[in-house]
Amino acid sequence: MPLSLLFYFAALIAVGSAILVVLNRNAVYSAIFLVLCFFSLAMIYLLLEAYFLAVLEIFIYAGAIMVLFLFVVMLLNLGREKALPHFMKFQRALSLMLVILFFFGVSLIMVVGSGELHQPTIKFSSGSVYALGEALFTKFLLPFEVASLLLLVALIGTVYLAKRKI
Amino acid sequence: MDLSQYFTSSDIAGITPEIILTLTALVVLTLEMARVFRPGIILLVAASGLVLAGTALVQGGNDDKILFGGMLYLNTFSMFFDFLYLFVGLLTLIFSQGYLEKMGSETRGEYPALILFAVIGMMLMTRANDLVMVFLGLELLSLSLYVLVGFLRHNLLSNESGLKYLLLGAFATGFFLFGAALTFGATGTTNFSGIASAIAAGTVLSEIYLYLGIGFLLIGFAFKVALAPFHMWSPDVYQGAPTTVTGFLCTAPKAAGFGAMLKVFMIAFPEAFPEWQDIFWVLAVLTMTVGNISALVQSNVKRMLAFSSVSHAGYLVMGILVKDIAGVSAVLFYLIVYSAMNLGAFAIISLAEKDEQSLTFKQFRGLASQNPLLSGALAIFMVSLAGFPPTAGFIAKYGLFSAAIAKGYIWLVVIAVLNTVVSFYYYFRIIVNMYMRDEKVGLQPSTGLLTAGILALLIAIVFILGITPGYLLEITVDVATAVS
Amino acid sequence: MIENYFPIFIVFIVAAGFTFVSLIMTHILGPRITNPVKLMPYESGVDPLAETRIRFSIRFFIIALLFIIFDIEIIFLYPWAVVFKDFLSFGSFIFFEMVIFLAILVFGYVYVWRNGALDWE
Repeated sequence: MPLSLLFYFAALIAVGSAILVVLNRNAVYSAIFLVLCFFSLAMIYLLLEAYFLAVLEIFIYAGAIMVLFLFVVMLLNLGREKALPHFMKFQRALSLMLVILFFFGVSLIMVVGSGELHQPTIKFSSGSVYALGEALFTKFLLPFEVASLLLLVALIGTVYLAKRKI
Repeated sequence: MDLSQYFTSSDIAGITPEIILTLTALVVLTLEMARVFRPGIILLVAASGLVLAGTALVQGGNDDKILFGGMLYLNTFSMFFDFLYLFVGLLTLIFSQGYLEKMGSETRGEYPALILFAVIGMMLMTRANDLVMVFLGLELLSLSLYVLVGFLRHNLLSNESGLKYLLLGAFATGFFLFGAALTFGATGTTNFSGIASAIAAGTVLSEIYLYLGIGFLLIGFAFKVALAPFHMWSPDVYQGAPTTVTGFLCTAPKAAGFGAMLKVFMIAFPEAFPEWQDIFWVLAVLTMTVGNISALVQSNVKRMLAFSSVSHAGYLVMGILVKDIAGVSAVLFYLIVYSAMNLGAFAIISLAEKDEQSLTFKQFRGLASQNPLLSGALAIFMVSLAGFPPTAGFIAKYGLFSAAIAKGYIWLVVIAVLNTVVSFYYYFRIIVNMYMRDEKVGLQPSTGLLTAGILALLIAIVFILGITPGYLLEITVDVATAVS
Repeated sequence: MIENYFPIFIVFIVAAGFTFVSLIMTHILGPRITNPVKLMPYESGVDPLAETRIRFSIRFFIIALLFIIFDIEIIFLYPWAVVFKDFLSFGSFIFFEMVIFLAILVFGYVYVWRNGALDWE
């Protein structure tokens, strides 16, 4: 099945680049690998037929949020010589323990608890963006309008707190 | 497709208060942009918006309404909270007069506008009948609060507390959202009544995901209302925030958090509740004990009050644990009284503050001879917070404890009473410092006529509810019946 | 559905393959004769003056934040545009729904503008 092959390809890149994000000592490289990770995630969403999520992943995460990350990294100004220090031993042990714990927790749920989760019920031939638009502008109309207030408050907060002179 | 089930003129009529508040906030920001440099005018416009929203709320009536295809559910419960938010918002605006200038920042239109947005967020939280709506209300509230907490841009402490609140708050929001997603995955809906009927009908796809979902939602709420062990942010944030904002932060949003929590756990998860009793029991004991013990060792008054508000949240959890009409009614009564006491206490502290540092107990020495009226008022609020008769604090605690005893939580009440006794120490410490130690101090609080009048009103509330609580109790029992 | 994306996938493969192959080929085929001048960032250009990793101004940060917020706004327009034509048959409020949303954000834009967050000071 070529599609599942494609999934494993994307998943491999996603996991690999995520590991590189954590292990890289240069924050700029980490950010670049994060972009790669986002792209492979977008591919996985596409394979799941979640087209809107795929677009969102690239638009918002790989596009806007990564720019912000890079600017923050450059704002902090870590020169080559001042790259991030190695983690302390106990931090490494702790993080490894947490990873194993999380892994076993997730596998336990998948094996024991299992049970299916609800699948989206509406499928349209024109793709799930249509279904999303339909839900957003009928049933979720109020949340949609409140989201604009949320964005307005975020704008005000940004300008008020970060602008030197207002 | 019939669109009228989602969107009618009665839906718009139902959210008139929110629309009025939004428009007021936009007008306030426009005045700011038009450089109307009279902070008084801007505050006045914002305050009149709150009053107007209140009248719209009265006109809307208190009959049950389901709006926007099940997004909002308006009843006496949501109306009770709406009035509380509007009242707290109004008082905060009045107390804020001149405070920001005193702390070395100009009063800008963003301040009242953000308070209005926070009020809208809180109203949506307790009006919500859908996890999506609760989340959006919570986020609107939180985002406004992050900015308000860091509003003193040139004060490092304020910046620090704003940043801390943002980082930890965003983390807690993640928990809440994840919980909502898992609940949706297990039940197939985010609507409260839909979730309840899915659980009752046994159409839940996965019990484990549902329990994880409820757990994450609980963590999200616990963070927002500062229950131990999720209270770590509160002392730093309360201390660093402008004091008028702290007064707002520890009253209305806490009430909104408890209101939304009550609604989620009583309407959406009533069937799943018995399993959660032990967790609420532990949360209650942990929160009140940790809050009280930590408050004992504080030297900063704002930090002390922060831990005191943590311990009060612990008492309030008892009411959610009890969960019958008596318990919920006691929670509602407690929230009113608690808001009045804390608003008053923080208002007086904001008046007493001199410049960019917050006050320690020692600085209150001799305040009684300097300004006997204000000291008397602060003493009354402290006595009420400690829960002494004939103040309202006593009736509020009594209501919660008796509701818990009626349900057989004897040990819980014993622990709560012990905690109350411990709390006397730090509440009276401030009174002792004001009255018993006569030293010359530099604190020279000045009070405007309006502020003094409002403080007198709050004191009157504390005494009237302490002596004749009957009227408010009738209302809270009515409201509690509406959700039970 | 997903099969419709096959041509895009082909383009993706071709693009990735071309980059990969050309990089590998130059690596293998190209002769490597280096000298200090050739290794400079701009060969035969201006000599490098200082470290390139300078501290960026906070202004970039504000711009990036504003960009994210308006980016999220655009994302909402996408499903709206998809359903717009069908929804028009139920009346015009699909239009006004978006007008309200955009009006609030345009207000935010005016706020940003008026407070000089778009100026480079």
